[in-house]
Amino acid sequence: MRILVTGLGTFWGSHLAQRLEAYPEVEMIVGLDTDEPCLPLERTEFVKADSNYSILDRIVRATQVDTILHTHLVVGSTELPGRALHEINVIGTMNLLAAAGAAGSPVRKVIVKSSTLTYGANYKDPYFFRESMPRTRAPRTRVERSLLEAASFVRDFAIDNPHVTVTKLRFTNVLGDDVTTPFSRALRLPLAPEILGFDPRMQFTHEDDVTGALVYATRNDVPGIFNIAGDGTLPWSEVCAIVGRRRIALPPVLTQWAVEPLRLARIIDLPPEVLSVLRYGRAVDNSPFKQSGFRYQYSTAGTVDAFARSLRLETAVGSNSPSYRYERDVETFFRHSPAIVRDQG
Amino acid sequence: MTEIPESDDNLTAVASPRTAPASPVAPVVDLTEAESQVARSVALVPSPRTNRPERLDLEPAEQELRRGDVDAYGRSEHIRELARRLYDPMYKHWFRAEWEGLEHIPEDGGALLVANHAGAIPADAPVIMHGIETELHRPVYGLAENLFRAIPFVGTMWSRLGGVAAHPDNAYRLLKDDRQLVLVFPEGTKGTGKVYRDRYKLHRFGRAGFIEIAMRSGVPVIPIAVVGNEEAMPIMFKSRRLAALTNLPYFPVTANMLALGPLGAGVYFPAKFRMRVLPPVHFDVAPDQERYPRAQVMAESDRIRDAIQDALYDMLRTRRSVWFG
Repeated sequence: MRILVTGLGTFWGSHLAQRLEAYPEVEMIVGLDTDEPCLPLERTEFVKADSNYSILDRIVRATQVDTILHTHLVVGSTELPGRALHEINVIGTMNLLAAAGAAGSPVRKVIVKSSTLTYGANYKDPYFFRESMPRTRAPRTRVERSLLEAASFVRDFAIDNPHVTVTKLRFTNVLGDDVTTPFSRALRLPLAPEILGFDPRMQFTHEDDVTGALVYATRNDVPGIFNIAGDGTLPWSEVCAIVGRRRIALPPVLTQWAVEPLRLARIIDLPPEVLSVLRYGRAVDNSPFKQSGFRYQYSTAGTVDAFARSLRLETAVGSNSPSYRYERDVETFFRHSPAIVRDQG
Repeated sequence: MTEIPESDDNLTAVASPRTAPASPVAPVVDLTEAESQVARSVALVPSPRTNRPERLDLEPAEQELRRGDVDAYGRSEHIRELARRLYDPMYKHWFRAEWEGLEHIPEDGGALLVANHAGAIPADAPVIMHGIETELHRPVYGLAENLFRAIPFVGTMWSRLGGVAAHPDNAYRLLKDDRQLVLVFPEGTKGTGKVYRDRYKLHRFGRAGFIEIAMRSGVPVIPIAVVGNEEAMPIMFKSRRLAALTNLPYFPVTANMLALGPLGAGVYFPAKFRMRVLPPVHFDVAPDQERYPRAQVMAESDRIRDAIQDALYDMLRTRRSVWFG
């Protein structure tokens, strides 16, 4: 198995590459990104590329990768300015799939890490979205539109390349020890925000289940679209109770304006797509991926509980995530220098 | 529903010829029969039952993590219990609700309860839910307009009390996966918006979506005829202009308002409530079909509508007084 990971510099790209390195059937891993990996990696080759992967065609041919893991879809509205978001999500996906589908391409599997953001959150929604269900309201934010556009490229690619196994995983709100998401930020505040009069049903996925699901899709053939979310749902008030946070109410009308001062004061940034989840909630049916054989380590309540534990530890001893800085010369030395003794048994 | 430029259906269709299409009916949580102490204390039924509904009961480990008892549909048994305690005097002494044919409602398994609907603020839903929960010790989920979800406080409370947005997939999950009782009023707001002179005349049953839901979930429909409710808060006139202004489906002027002034907006007349549960209607079709013959669906819907209508007339023939039954 020869794997190409996009977005190696992101949290997910680095963590995924680190986990994949452990499997002997993985011959080699190439990672692309504009940024350096944020975790120490043993044998993953890092290639610094521009965000829209214009050199991808050459890399695919030169390295003969058979599996592409597209982890670099941005799923937060406010992480990047609109232009960059478009470049990464839309143009990046387009170029990636163009290279993967070129004549004579060795690629046989494409896995896309997407988000349940594509379903939106609205009062007309079903209580559990199935993969086949459309959203009930047109997307309003740039990130949702770009994800839907990227999804249309993935769909076209799947139709044009029936010999390639295409898997798209839609992940729900993620919590974990290390990852930072809008909800982990909200739950780290002394008072967790809520919208007055609303107590929506929430679902969470643990960060280990995110990488677990991506690794599972890499090692097994599971074509199609799948929702990924921990079992069960919790009302937001109960999520806050488990984490041990009191809540502070945002007004139910003009909520968008009310959070603007919080954003300007850099207290918390609640983009529109997060606010609509805080209002109406969102849950998905996770059973098809389980039927394909995947086992979750955490339920929704388990995820929130694990997050609460890591938060308590953090409060007691401070942030314990090891810092790592990628040093090109050091990495090159350890990987390629004849001075390194390999095969140590 | 808004049109979305992109649908992912094709990806599943094109990319997954090798695997069998995933069945939508598999249990979402691997639940065991075992119940923890906590689960039992909050369960509606104190004695252990067979065929516990999936997903609504939690594994002991999961139960330990939980701080509340809000289930996957937003219903809370604690809050229901409190509401039952508060509503009981109303049910017993104001409406003096009486049932016949309760034996037609199964002790276990899903069933779709279908009743006639009326009243500016319909009292039929709380009375039916309260009655079945206290008499049969089974939760009832009431399907209603999803607009409730958009209203702060009201939406949350409505959902904690067993209200579920009337989405076909929500009903399917409740009936098929979780084997629950689901209450639906096929007349919808046309029923609650009807005026006093049309009392006990059933409106059309929409597009008969409830029949398709029952067929797809493989559960029977249990018709219920409710007498009394249509005199508890009858609408005398409707103001189209005020309805348009307030964005409501109808703006009623009720007899209660005329008699009691502003107080009448929230006070029911003490009409005597009688509910007759009719024999379950089973459909001789395979569940989980993509679609069912339109003609058959409409015919079944008409049959159930006629059964409720006949029962209503029958009950009204023997009723001597609106207030004393």
